[in-house]
Amino acid sequence: MIASGNPRRAYRDVAVAVPVSLPYVRYSIESAHWWIAGALKELTERAGIRPTDIDGLSVSSFTLAPDTAVGLTQHLGLTPRWLDNIPMGGASAVVALRRAARAVEAGDASIVACVGGDANQVDSFRKLLSSFSRFAQDASYPYGYGGPNGSFALLTDHYMRTYGATREDFGRICVAQRDNALTYPQAIMKKKLTLEDYMTARPIADPIHLFDCVMPCAGAEAFLVTSVDVAKDLGLPYATLLSTIERHNAFPDDPIQMRGGWAMDVDELYAMAGAKPADIDVLETYDDYPVIVMMQFEDLGFCGKGEGPDFVRSHDLTNGGSFPQNTSGGQLSAGQAGAAGGYLGMVEALRQVTRQSLSRQVERAGTALVSGFGMINYDRGLCSGAAILAGSGA
Amino acid sequence: MTEPVGPPPKKDPQKVTRPPELPPLQRSRASLKQAAWAARGVFALQVCGVCGKASYPPRDACPGCLSDDLDFRPVDDRGTVIAQTVIRSSTDLYFRQRTPWRVGLVRLDCGLSIVAHLHGDVAVPGPVRMVAKLDKSGNAVLMALPATESDNMTDDPEYRELTASPRHRRILVTDGRGAVGQAVANALSKAGASAIFVGVAEPWKPFSGMDGLKAIPNVQTLPLDLTDTTSVTELAGEIGGKTDIIVNTADHVRPGGIFGDGSLVTSRDAFDVNVFGLQRLAQAFGPAMRGRGADGINSAAAFVDVLPVYALANLPDFGFYSASAAARHSLLQCLRAEMRAGGVRVMSVFTGPVDDDWRQHVPPPKVAPGQIAKVVVRALEEGIEESFVGDIATDIAARFLDDPKVLERELSQ
Repeated sequence: MIASGNPRRAYRDVAVAVPVSLPYVRYSIESAHWWIAGALKELTERAGIRPTDIDGLSVSSFTLAPDTAVGLTQHLGLTPRWLDNIPMGGASAVVALRRAARAVEAGDASIVACVGGDANQVDSFRKLLSSFSRFAQDASYPYGYGGPNGSFALLTDHYMRTYGATREDFGRICVAQRDNALTYPQAIMKKKLTLEDYMTARPIADPIHLFDCVMPCAGAEAFLVTSVDVAKDLGLPYATLLSTIERHNAFPDDPIQMRGGWAMDVDELYAMAGAKPADIDVLETYDDYPVIVMMQFEDLGFCGKGEGPDFVRSHDLTNGGSFPQNTSGGQLSAGQAGAAGGYLGMVEALRQVTRQSLSRQVERAGTALVSGFGMINYDRGLCSGAAILAGSGA
Repeated sequence: MTEPVGPPPKKDPQKVTRPPELPPLQRSRASLKQAAWAARGVFALQVCGVCGKASYPPRDACPGCLSDDLDFRPVDDRGTVIAQTVIRSSTDLYFRQRTPWRVGLVRLDCGLSIVAHLHGDVAVPGPVRMVAKLDKSGNAVLMALPATESDNMTDDPEYRELTASPRHRRILVTDGRGAVGQAVANALSKAGASAIFVGVAEPWKPFSGMDGLKAIPNVQTLPLDLTDTTSVTELAGEIGGKTDIIVNTADHVRPGGIFGDGSLVTSRDAFDVNVFGLQRLAQAFGPAMRGRGADGINSAAAFVDVLPVYALANLPDFGFYSASAAARHSLLQCLRAEMRAGGVRVMSVFTGPVDDDWRQHVPPPKVAPGQIAKVVVRALEEGIEESFVGDIATDIAARFLDDPKVLERELSQ
């Protein structure tokens, strides 16, 4: 491969700081512009900088139309010298971080604000689906119009048939994440979920039932990427970036999605960080449905392919447990605020490793792995990515 | 096993008729090409002319070699369904009215993965046969059927959405005086139509085949003259609310081109039946049918027109007749668009020359009325929008698809 002639370089002195999560709202009359502005305001206030100090901006949103990141600069009075617009749904935060880190390293920008935010008005979700992608429009939505529920139902059904996973196995993930959410004051879901509640919930698209699905809502999440020197000057607690990976349309010849792009790049992820799965103290997976969480356990090397069901049976996934995972409840319990859903895990990991957690603090949270997954273009999710962050004390 | 569809319950006039919602309308242009094949009942996928790779969903460039040489071609329809779901909740109004809806992921033997409507008799995992159909929006959809035909296979509710089965439906056949209309009425009766209204112009005049027509089970003859607006309107007033399918078999055929004696008079007669007759019929019956496009087992389902294949290119020996056919074809395209809002299908059955008195001098092969009747029933049962009856019609269709200008010269030699 030609790419082997250009080896990747390690990240040097990239700091990730100021985790911002605006409290989510199920339905809101406010626009994506409003949510993103709110996140940037809190970001700058807590960083002790003026909005005009932001010289790099990375935006992810499904509901900004007809605007993009470009329109936002004028709308919000920003004059960045580096601008990015990342339409990768659940992979947005990882990819935003990757790009921002290189921009900061190269000196193309010194303070990059990464923000994901979306509106959710009463009819937003239906409208978003109707214009999601060309392949979905031509070849998946005309078949029952289940949206992502329908697509993930097929993947889940196939995974269960192939590896003997049961609904209870997926339920364990959802129940543990709800327990975590109950320690996170901003989670949309406030009620305890039992395995029985999970099992008896109404079917949505077999084998997907109600608690396998996220609650679409409005909200925004953000963080800053800068150099370690700037972070120190500003007196900000920060995490350093150890490694990242990104992949799109991996394994196109798999008959149905059984693995994500992580499986292609995971060795590089750990090698670049000088770490192994056992070194990860906190894992934040992308969890629009529990089956993809299980695949991430496998593809990120925490267990072998097909061992996901055993893994969840033998681990406690709560913040106080043996394998703290989705420590603010994930999207399944905190809510899915559009593209902010791709940011939820990143911002939560940043809070955990910098010991600013709003949810129950994981005791030994030195190193976190954040994983992203996005965009069911037709029959499978195309974007995957992951990043390893270390608290500055780690 | 699929439950056989029984006769519909009597309609409760107090209840709201289910509005005819449509499945998603918007499609890419590449997807419309697939619909063109599905309209003719063919399962076709894009195959790259350069590297030979088949691809799906429809694309604008080959994922194997980036070539844009991507024609749809009939492909092997066998595959295996490897996953299924039953959609029970949807934000789309059409599917909301029709849940639960079974969907499968099919791995074709040629190595492509296809999300498809999944017939109730298919076991998962298991072998399937793929078909391409048009949905109520007129767009191509793919459905996985049992690899070998199961009992009552065509009664599957998802399959019925893609077809216009004559079973339990009330059907108007417009011209009982003609041999084609009589054959169609007979075939529809055998196919399970619950009522067949057969229009007869000038009913006081006896006609050949009259007794045979009246003896067909479920046939009822009614006065209908397509050249008389009042006659058409009166019949619509009588049976318009319970007409689920129309098969227009009326056809005024006379030989001659523009230079023939009296050609203006005869061509006016031809247009009055073939074009304005069709228009009167559609105007009187269409709106009510469009409103009943989702009205249960005997919803309004289709408007079928039997027309000469010379609608596609002029046969100078039958010059003005061909011109009326072309106008008829164009009118059907308009009607198809107007009926789409109700999910009612407009089907064209193009025929070669029928063996009748006006075409004694036309050399064979010619088309027998029974052949046409068979194709009409098949179009309804399988949801085929464009059918061609007989060798001549099939041949002309192939030449038309190849190059209409060449066909024009060929027909004029």
